[in-house]
Amino acid sequence: MAKFQISRRKFLTGASLGVSGIMLSGCDAFDSQLGMGDGLRSFLENANGLTYRAQRLLAGRDALAPEFSEADIRQPQRPNGVTAPDDDTYKGLLANNFADWRLEVTGLVEKPLSLSREQLQNMPSRTQITRHDCVEGWSCIAKWTGTPLSLVLDQAVVKPEARYVMFHCLDTIDRSLSGEIKYYGTIDLIDARHPQTILAYGLNGKPLPVENGAPLRVRVERQLGYKMPKYLYKIELVDSFTNVGGGRGGYWEDNGYDWYGGI
Amino acid sequence: MESVAMTQPSIGPDATTPKDTTLIYRQSRWTRLTHWLWAISLFFMLLSGLQIFGARPQLYIGKQSGFGYNNTVFAIGAENTATGPRGYTEIFGHRFDTTGVLGWSGPAGQQTSRAFPSWATIPSYYDLGTARVVHFFFAWILTTTLVVWLVASLVNGHLRRDLAPRLDDIKRLPQDIIDHAKLRFHHTREYNTLQKMAYGGVLFVLLPLMIITGLAMSPSMNSVLPWLNEVLGGRQTARTIHFTVMVLLVGFFIIHMLMILAAGPINELRSIITGWYRTDPPAHGDEASKRSA
Repeated sequence: MAKFQISRRKFLTGASLGVSGIMLSGCDAFDSQLGMGDGLRSFLENANGLTYRAQRLLAGRDALAPEFSEADIRQPQRPNGVTAPDDDTYKGLLANNFADWRLEVTGLVEKPLSLSREQLQNMPSRTQITRHDCVEGWSCIAKWTGTPLSLVLDQAVVKPEARYVMFHCLDTIDRSLSGEIKYYGTIDLIDARHPQTILAYGLNGKPLPVENGAPLRVRVERQLGYKMPKYLYKIELVDSFTNVGGGRGGYWEDNGYDWYGGI
Repeated sequence: MESVAMTQPSIGPDATTPKDTTLIYRQSRWTRLTHWLWAISLFFMLLSGLQIFGARPQLYIGKQSGFGYNNTVFAIGAENTATGPRGYTEIFGHRFDTTGVLGWSGPAGQQTSRAFPSWATIPSYYDLGTARVVHFFFAWILTTTLVVWLVASLVNGHLRRDLAPRLDDIKRLPQDIIDHAKLRFHHTREYNTLQKMAYGGVLFVLLPLMIITGLAMSPSMNSVLPWLNEVLGGRQTARTIHFTVMVLLVGFFIIHMLMILAAGPINELRSIITGWYRTDPPAHGDEASKRSA
């Protein structure tokens, strides 16, 4: 027993050395390997595919996100990202209370559409009280009213080769050397046709405010907030991400987020 | 195979030489492999998790985050003061100045507003997307390892033989606490009561709770298990539990390291790397009977 017993002093010295060693180890050691396209990063991203398949396997097509009661609406919906688009096109549409705004439905569809706000609001609607989960970690419960995306897709008649719905937005999220980058994103047809996926024009019983995406935003209730673009003006059916921004399926995806934002 | 030949420490007084009998095969290859997989994955999950937390360095109780009302129980932040920016940590409304570590940290002249300091996060710079890639990759490793360990430990008897609590453990607890407090360690094949509680608590309570609260934060998993957040008290409570369990796991890690240093780091490390462990010489009869109990 004496063999492995150490004195109190040795113990304290060892302990403090150990702790400071851990603190000094730092974590910039991994930084150079974790950028977009780096080997280690790409390897770790393989797990995203596994995570996506596990979620699809468990949740299936139609499992519903939890819905809440009126009593759970305790505050205005917290806005995030762009909350007041500074784009001339948008400001022009807003000045006229979106009377000239149209939602274009294009790409791999049999009948391209151009819908006014009234036309959308005259279609059957769905109202749901759901919890918005931001990738940052916060949540907010609100009541959303809108047109089920599936109804719009049915009206446009989606071609069999279409795989994704791409959302084109009016707000500038970023600037690059080639100019302004407007927000964009995609979901697949499973989520597009999910019963809770709506093109929302109403929030908490009132018209959708500018900060939350007026005149129209999408709600994809089984995914995180970055998958629900605001300030929509065009929906395009596509068969791949080739022509979607940097090729990963969305603005935030091109900046490192996973395409499937279910977790 | 190995268990037959090696897990029989002959500890009776009739053993030939003490040198041969004190070295025993204590940790199976499954225990050792899973131990190190946990060590690696918990390291990466902790540091990427602290990075993820930095995106919203507040914790709430309930279904949602209070913006129009207050349900914040924990917050890390920075504020401007007359003497410059200061970092603070707020627990249940009590504010502590944590400049240099929490809220406001960095090399002299380059301090920034960030929840945890760059040495404690992966990546060291702010990057939520990358941290999530790292976190979810190791979440798979951690969870798979836990399942593998559970099956292996059921099959090879590690669970029943070494971790299952016995009546004797309760009787030994007071003495065990005194011994630990005095850094007086008995090197035996068996785990002592506090060890069983610590290891059992981590493996059967903390890690499963970590996985469950992690899943409870996923909107897609909420559609599969809508009752989960109701049981836990809401998604934001689940997030708070997730963070609290992290703190407990870090606490376990620190005590684990201190105990190893105090009990003899070379012997302890050898047993978790090679499986072989040097027990105390069977000098007295009472020691021997204590061990074989």
